[in-house]
Amino acid sequence: MKKLINRRGFLQGSLAASAAATISLAKTTEAATFEGYPDSMGVLVDLSRCVGCRSCEAACNKEQNLPAPEKPFNDFSVFDEMLHGQKRRTDETRYTIVNRYEIPGREHPLFRKIQCNHCQEPACLTSCFVNAYTKTPEGAVIYNVDVCVGCRTCMVACPFYIPAFRYSSAFSPRIMKCVFCHETRLTKGLPPACVEACPQEALTFGRRTDLVAVGKQRIRENPRAYVDHIYGEHEAGGTAWIYISPAPFEQVGFDTSVPKEPILNYVKDFLSIVPMVLTVWPALFAGFHLLATRKDKMEQQKKNEGEV
Amino acid sequence: MNINPKAVLAAAVLLLVGTLTTPGLAMDQMDAPETVTIDTLANLYKPVEFSHKRHAKLARCKDCHHHTTGQEDMDPNCIRCHAHSPEATTVSCKDCHTQKQFYPEQVTATADNPNLYHIDKPGLKGAYHLNCVPCHVKKNAPSNCEGCHALTDTGKQFFHLGDQAQGKANPAKAGTKDSHAR
Repeated sequence: MKKLINRRGFLQGSLAASAAATISLAKTTEAATFEGYPDSMGVLVDLSRCVGCRSCEAACNKEQNLPAPEKPFNDFSVFDEMLHGQKRRTDETRYTIVNRYEIPGREHPLFRKIQCNHCQEPACLTSCFVNAYTKTPEGAVIYNVDVCVGCRTCMVACPFYIPAFRYSSAFSPRIMKCVFCHETRLTKGLPPACVEACPQEALTFGRRTDLVAVGKQRIRENPRAYVDHIYGEHEAGGTAWIYISPAPFEQVGFDTSVPKEPILNYVKDFLSIVPMVLTVWPALFAGFHLLATRKDKMEQQKKNEGEV
Repeated sequence: MNINPKAVLAAAVLLLVGTLTTPGLAMDQMDAPETVTIDTLANLYKPVEFSHKRHAKLARCKDCHHHTTGQEDMDPNCIRCHAHSPEATTVSCKDCHTQKQFYPEQVTATADNPNLYHIDKPGLKGAYHLNCVPCHVKKNAPSNCEGCHALTDTGKQFFHLGDQAQGKANPAKAGTKDSHAR
């Protein structure tokens, strides 16, 4: 006769197995917390310096061979453009844009440059199921069109609404976003085109760790000129592009509700259970089923034996 | 030989006063050139004929040259080291502010040098604009790009000026509208 496992033994075994699985998975997720490549580069954006000349937009357009703009880059009427009640944003024709913000109590408006912030632990990257995104050791978040399936999950995942989709092209649709001039400049140690074009040095290029120090120094030496915060030092788990501002960040169009930890952290715990659910649960419930139906089977067997 | 001790004393005092005051004497605008042609960065914009004489009447030396002309610098952050700095050997912007900015060696070398205080020193282009623009805005001087330097043909291409009908229709508006206005 077949050796049957008793109910208690099975339950004990399965509980122990699932506990072991959970613990070992928890350990690996903790170790997987990534704090960025040590010598990765970044850009410090000083909003008190930007005068809204749009040179960065022009430089980006040229460097990335983007389509010609509707209005020339020194036409400042674009600052008044509104679409669906929102100021201009990055799209398939422009990887970066500058918007103007009137700040109550300030004589002059402030300008804010928007582009991909190149997160240390990018949400676009972790949301992509075909690994189209790569965070390079230089600090850029780059995109590989060859593997992209066009699901656009990255556009939903990005806390800064940066990746744009080239809907205009039926035959070569793709994600369009700032790549930190990775291939043309960053890998050669050169600053991105927008940084080089900025006349005001509102954009400072350097190692991210140094830039955090420079930003803190500017705030320390001119405490009345800045809000005591570096946006991007911790936002979304830290970004390569970081900002200092003379006005509260929410007044300059920044989303201050962006969490101070990587977006991935919100799903990490859940995702770590998925393998356990897929491996342990089938065995567990198959076991329950077998135990529950054992009596019936044995009776059936007896009946059969009796009949014979 | 008979030496008058009073004469010796007088000579000594004169010498002492002479050596003490000369290095302390600050440069003044008489030492400065009348015009400076700023052309080292000219590419998208044409060179600037900068009337140094005119600006020297409107601002003090230290407003632009920091501590290098021997005048005491007013920025409290500079005064910590440069309170009594004498006149520097060079006072031209480009002698301290490098034309090339953020090149690889500079990015790492400056940050890794613990003895270097000027880690946040702007490059030449940044230095010019950071110094000129705020004052121009304050004094209602031209503060739009082409108020100081005209675009070159390369510059016009760079900004996509006139490469479409719209651009041609209102280039004047685009050129003169001041982003600082309001």
